[in-house]
Formats: sequence, structure tokens, C-alpha cells
Amino acid sequence: MANRNFTALRTIWIKECTRFLRIWVQTLVPPAITMSLYFVIFGSLIGKRIGEMGGFSYMEFIVPGLIMMSVITNSYANVSSSFFSAKFQRNIEELLIAPVPNWIIVLGFVGGGVARAILIGIIVTCVSMFFVDIQIHNLAIIIITLLLTSSLFATAGLINAVFAKTFDDISLVPTFVLTPLTYLGGVFYSLTLLPEFWQWVSKANPIVYMVNGFRYGFLGVSDVNYMVSLGLLVGFNVVLFTIAYQLINRGVGIRS
Amino acid sequence: MKALDISGLTKTYKGGTQALKGIDLEVNEGDFFALLGPNGAGKSTTIGVVSSLVNKSSGEVKVFGHSLDSALVDAKSCIGLVPQEFNFNQFETLAQIVINQAGYYGVPRDIAKQRAEKYLKQLDLWEKRDQPARELSGGMKRRLMIARALMHEPKMLILDEPTAGVDIEIRRSMWTFLKEINQQGITIILTTHYLEEAEMLCRNIAIIDKGIIVENTSMKALLSQLNMETFVLDLPVQSKPPSLTGFEFRNLNDHTMEVDVLKDVGLNDVFKQLSEQGVTVLSMRNKANRLEELFVRMVESGRDKKAGAA
Repeated sequence: MANRNFTALRTIWIKECTRFLRIWVQTLVPPAITMSLYFVIFGSLIGKRIGEMGGFSYMEFIVPGLIMMSVITNSYANVSSSFFSAKFQRNIEELLIAPVPNWIIVLGFVGGGVARAILIGIIVTCVSMFFVDIQIHNLAIIIITLLLTSSLFATAGLINAVFAKTFDDISLVPTFVLTPLTYLGGVFYSLTLLPEFWQWVSKANPIVYMVNGFRYGFLGVSDVNYMVSLGLLVGFNVVLFTIAYQLINRGVGIRS
Repeated sequence: MKALDISGLTKTYKGGTQALKGIDLEVNEGDFFALLGPNGAGKSTTIGVVSSLVNKSSGEVKVFGHSLDSALVDAKSCIGLVPQEFNFNQFETLAQIVINQAGYYGVPRDIAKQRAEKYLKQLDLWEKRDQPARELSGGMKRRLMIARALMHEPKMLILDEPTAGVDIEIRRSMWTFLKEINQQGITIILTTHYLEEAEMLCRNIAIIDKGIIVENTSMKALLSQLNMETFVLDLPVQSKPPSLTGFEFRNLNDHTMEVDVLKDVGLNDVFKQLSEQGVTVLSMRNKANRLEELFVRMVESGRDKKAGAA
């Protein structure tokens, strides 16, 4: 049974990775180009006039946030698009008729999203090395934050795809929720620059904790306690994974 | 052992449509079984429930003794499904599609590759293995779905209109293939609109209409209910139309005759009478598919009974 489940999980994961590698021009190249533009415009051109932030050059300060932004966007987009396509083309039925436990289905799709997010993270990090010397304060925290954040948003993408009825439905959340939260999540600025009230409001934004946890791993500075960041990430992962599992178990959007 | 044992199965969809109204159905291991019915009769819903794509409302389904309620994993492992609609990823290659499907059933990748070669070759698709599925013709896509369904070597294969839209040559090669795998011991359940297909392949048959089973018997017993057949005889052009004594007949034109023949009377007397009149029979065929006639009759009588009861 365990062997069968592992083979099924590995198969879903390979299928998911093959999918995003097959369409690499759509999945891997755009984040590299977008982030290069961010580095050039915000880092090199505008950043020089901003000066230091949190004791680091502006470019050094925004690099972890920009990597995290790519990770969040791509893990979410990978699973929402892949799972919805599987629903739309009905090839999700290949999995539903097979003796694959529902938690394996969730884990397989999320694993695909995490794989793409890690690859994008590596690509964006490599791009950033043309602009700044990357320093690493705590590699373990970088890796843990990367894995937990990508799995969280991959699971969120899956939940979105479960409810989506059209391709428009899978772009609503990224456009109207993820992008604003990411831009207001401390990618480009330290929360200490904000008035006290807005600092307090910003701390209700979960992405603040992910960006700052990740930044702590690179620079050793953070607007929030990194342990709180990790704790919240674990908590959100458990909650969203449970929701996703229950939705697939009940067959919402996939079984009549 | 029963390959499939359905009792009291009902399904009501969210909108209130009652697709299945308590059906009972048994299919023996090794059988080649036809499930027939008009559009919207409940065939695909029945198959959907058996293959876990549709949640049942009530009733019990057992596959080789494994209940869908208590031993779902074992039940699923016994079934291979060829659905009505193409439901594979059109952008994946044939090899990826079949190897992945085996993986979902826990078949290790090296064994899956060997089976992919075996089944893609058997279904004449091996040369196309590295092409995306979207580049295949309709007939090839149907065969791909059969290959995919066989990758975990199921004990029972369910085919929902497998030859829809397939040309006659490919249809016949698929029939030969299905007969072969049935002879190897795989139980086959088939739904089809081509009644000739069911008559040619299946040993047992159930007819479903409006969510209830109106007939469940052997093909032989079903066809024996038909006590009269109509034959069309092609003759050389006749100056005087031939006639028959003791048979209902119609001369459709100067070279075609239609004769109604009771099953216990036979055709010998027809030939004898025509021979005595110096008429040569060039060729002969059934006017209508025998099963088709029965099918229409069964469905209509089922509806009449219901109307009478109401």
C-alpha cells in the first residue's frame, strides 16, 4: 500500500514537473525577465537615490522580497492553472478512478507547485547575483521559509482551482488579492517606515511574515520575529491542506 | 464469482434529476456484457458510479466482491475505464499518458514502460508513442483510451461507447482486440449505440431506460423472443412479379422482394417456391438489425407499462 501510494505520488509529481518544464517559455522565462526589470529599475536606478534601508543597500534589502514574490506567484499559478486544466479537460478523471488516496492527489499537485517555485527561486536568485552580492545569514531558515511558503500558496492555488468554473476564476485571486497583499507585504520597504497605525494594519497581512522571515534568512534583519513567521506558516499550511483535502474528498467541483 | 454486483442503486443529481431509480444488475466474471439504452437512460451514470466518478445516492455496488463503500481501493484496482469522451491531456505524448496512468495504480515505472510497449503495439499506436495526443485521429484516440485502461491489467474493463465515430475498419479491429482480451479472462462491460456491435460481441445484455432495468438476460434468450424476421431478396429483373404462398411478402420493385418469415417455418420453402417459378435469388439480407427491433420493442413496452401503471 505504501509503495503504491509512493509510486502514485511520484507519478503525479513527475507529471506536474514535466508540464511546467514543457511550457518553460510561459513558466520559467517571464519571472526572470520581470525580476531583472525590478532589479534594474527599483534596485539600480531608483534604489541609489533611496540609500540604505534596515542597514543595507536598497538593492540588498529588496532581493529576498523579490525572490519571495516570485515564489508566491508561481507556486499559486502553477497549481491553480494545472488543476483547473485537469478539471477542464477532464483528465482529473484519470486520478479519480485510480486507487489514489485524496491526500496523495493534493500532495502531488502541491509538490509540483513547490518544485516550480524552488526552480523560479533559484533562477531569480541567480539573476539577482548580477546586481548584488548575495549574503546568507541562516540557510536553514531560507530553505524552510521557501518550502513552507511555496506549499502554502500551491495549496491555496489548488483550492482556487477546485471552485473555479472558468479560466477567469483562477486569475481573480492573484489579481485582486495576492498582488496587493504582496506589494503591501514589505517587499519594497521596511514596516518601520510606516506610521504606527499602518504598521499594525500591515501585520494582519500574512505575506509580511513570509517576506520578513525570508529576509531574516538572508540578511539577519526582520520587522517581525522569524519564529512567529515560521509558526504562522506551519499553521496556515495545516489549515489550507486540511481544507483542500476535504474539498477533494467531498468531490467538490470534480465529482457529480 | 460476480464481477459486478449492483443492488438498489439510485442516483439523484443536485438539480433533482433522478438518473437511476433502484437498479439491480449482476455481471459474471469473464462475461462480455452489454448495457444498452437510449440517450439519457442512465448508462453513463451507472458506469460513473461503478468507476467512482459519480457519487451514488443509495444502494450497493460490489466489484469482484469489494464494496465501493468499504473496500474502495480494492474495487478501483479491478476496474479499467474507457470513457465516452476523450479525457486525456491532449498535450502529453501517448507514452506519457499510459505510463502515468499505470503509475496512479502503483505500477513501477520500469514495468509501466514494458506494458506501454505491449499495449501500444497491440493497438497499433507504438509508432506514435512520442507524439502529443492532440495529433491523433479520432480512431487512434479511442484506441489510446483502451491502451490506457489496460495499463494496470484490470480484471474488468468498462467501455462507454468505445467505437463512437470510428470507421468500420478500425471498429472491426477493435472488436477483434476486445474479443481476444475477453478470451484471456477480462470481464468486459460495454455500452454502445451500435446494436450490431452488442449482438456480435456480447453474451449477456441489460437494457436500461429512464433509470430502470427493463430487461436483463442472455443475448441468445433475448434474440429468441423475436419470432419473425423480415428478409430482403435481390432478384434478377422480373417481367412478372413472383408470388409466395403461406408467407407475407411485398414486391418492392421489379427486382426486389421483401418476405416475412416466422422463425419456426424457415426459409427453405421460400427458395423452393421461387425456384419453381424460375426465379433466382441473387442475394439476401435482414431488413433491420434484429437486436435493434427488439430494443425498440422492449423500451416501448417498458414505457407503456409505466404509463399504464400511472
